[in-house]
Amino acid sequence: MNAILKTENLNLWYGQNHALKDINLEMPQNQVTALIGPSGCGKSTFLKTLDRMNDLVPTVKIEGKVLYRDQNIFDPQVDVTWLRRHVGMVFQKPNPFPMSIYDNIAYGPRTHGIRNKKQLDEIVEKSLRGAAIWDEVKDRLKKSALSLSGGQQQRICIARALAVEPDVLLMDEATSALDPISTSKIEDLIAELKKSYTIVIVTHNMQQATRVSDRCAFFLHGELVEADDTEKLFSVPKDKRTEDYITGRFG
Amino acid sequence: MAQDRHNAQTKAQKARRLRDSVEWLVKNIFFLCGIVAVASVLFISVYLVISGLPAMLEIGVTDFLFGDTWDGKNGVYGILPFILTSFAGTGGAILIGVPVGVLTAMFLAKVANHRLAVVIRSAVSLLAGIPSVVYGLVGMVVLVPTVQKAFNLSSGANLLAAIVVLTVMILPSIINVAETALRAVPKEYEEASLALGATHTETIFRVSLPAARSGVATAIVLGVGRAIGEAMAIIMVSGNVANMPENLFTPVRFLTTAIASEMNYATVGSLWRESLFSIALVLFLFIMLINVALNLFVKNKKEG
Ligand SMILES: Nc1ncnc2c1ncn2[C@@H]1O[C@H](COP(=O)(O)OP(=O)(O)OP(=O)(O)O)[C@@H](O)[C@H]1O
Ligand SMILES: [Mg+2]
Repeated sequence: MNAILKTENLNLWYGQNHALKDINLEMPQNQVTALIGPSGCGKSTFLKTLDRMNDLVPTVKIEGKVLYRDQNIFDPQVDVTWLRRHVGMVFQKPNPFPMSIYDNIAYGPRTHGIRNKKQLDEIVEKSLRGAAIWDEVKDRLKKSALSLSGGQQQRICIARALAVEPDVLLMDEATSALDPISTSKIEDLIAELKKSYTIVIVTHNMQQATRVSDRCAFFLHGELVEADDTEKLFSVPKDKRTEDYITGRFG
Repeated sequence: MAQDRHNAQTKAQKARRLRDSVEWLVKNIFFLCGIVAVASVLFISVYLVISGLPAMLEIGVTDFLFGDTWDGKNGVYGILPFILTSFAGTGGAILIGVPVGVLTAMFLAKVANHRLAVVIRSAVSLLAGIPSVVYGLVGMVVLVPTVQKAFNLSSGANLLAAIVVLTVMILPSIINVAETALRAVPKEYEEASLALGATHTETIFRVSLPAARSGVATAIVLGVGRAIGEAMAIIMVSGNVANMPENLFTPVRFLTTAIASEMNYATVGSLWRESLFSIALVLFLFIMLINVALNLFVKNKKEG
């Protein structure tokens, strides 16, 4: 098993709040890892640690390691913009910029120095195709991205993340704000994307976890209770607490 | 018993009548207060048109607006120098004040730590509270000699000095409005940008600023309004000569300062004096235009 992302004894505090406790988790290449667990158990915190978006929280304190391709991302010589370029993030609430669809997708590549119009055109088309939304928007690339439906906006956000050609894609409840049809489109998309990317998702939806993920990690009160192949975790959970949670018996 | 009930009833009725009349009175006081503002605007507009239009027509609208010489004492009434000076002064102040003000706002809203931001913000509100005559005074005593020495001129009271004073005067409103707009930018936009590997600075310039653009436009229009209407602060630093604003070192006179400086000399009832009201009318129209522009921006902001 080739883990692109791996945490070693990862601990995180928000002030006095010990939000992640000794997390050791491997996220294998070209697989979908799903993080599940009750609200407030630290799933988003864990995900945000992987691309150092937690740096924005002033009170945060982190110990332990996160290895991205065997490089500890907290090493002083690691450039955080380099990390975030390779480890992309899609947020819970669709958050396209208040700009045209085209400019949304081109934002990342432009930031990283691509100015050539033809090259940008190609990236935009490729990314929109990659996010399975090209056909729906190809005739209105100059329109505001905010004019799209929520499900379309979320796929625009995925396309925007793909446009910088990341290695890993983090998705925090990316479908929780969407209707069932948009959700299933994005689930299909995830199955497609894992051929080229390594994906980590957070979900509250057990069916979704079983449908899309290869591996599954169960968090509780900031601890990683159990991580295994999704099928195994859902059929023969090793830990009683996991079993309680996935069968809905969780208090 | 019946008598008692009757008494109670009339008492209640009386109380109700009293309450109703108080209600009526208060409502009308509110209304009257509201009318004060409307009436003042109407009165000023009508008064300006009545007292400014005849002289303008007598002089000839084109001669008045586009005549390049003003010599009130000798009956030459061309206000183009004043119009151009007001444009140049306002334009100059905007040209310097907007970048400085917007960058300050960006610093306050997105970069500065809390304590520093508090210090700068209170300095800015103090700046806003300084009376314009004080700006003028300090400008005259400090700025004018400095300009004179720095550029080796015969007098430092000129367009440049006026632009500097106007710039400082419009900074507070630009900073305040732009900062409010920048703070209102949803932080999701900024997070999305950072998550794509953009730096903090890139994010501020390429996401936050564009997202706040209508607020920034409002700030600019407010600055224009403030600058074009200002008289007191610049009358003492601009040289107050009816020259065309040929360059930064020309002593000049603005629309506002033209009125303020000649009103005491022009004989009541003379065309000279009436033409000063015509200048006021022109100034008033400019400010009306700016207000229309401002309303358009604010409306756009609500719709967008
Ligand atoms: N920015 C923050 N500052 C301080 N505490 C935080 C912050 N973000 C999260 N926390 C705390 O960290 C803990 C874990 O929160 P987190 O958002 O990671 O949970 P979650 O598993 O994603 O929950 P949910 O399913 O509701 O999204 C909670 O106790 C929360 O209050
Ligand atoms: Mg969460």
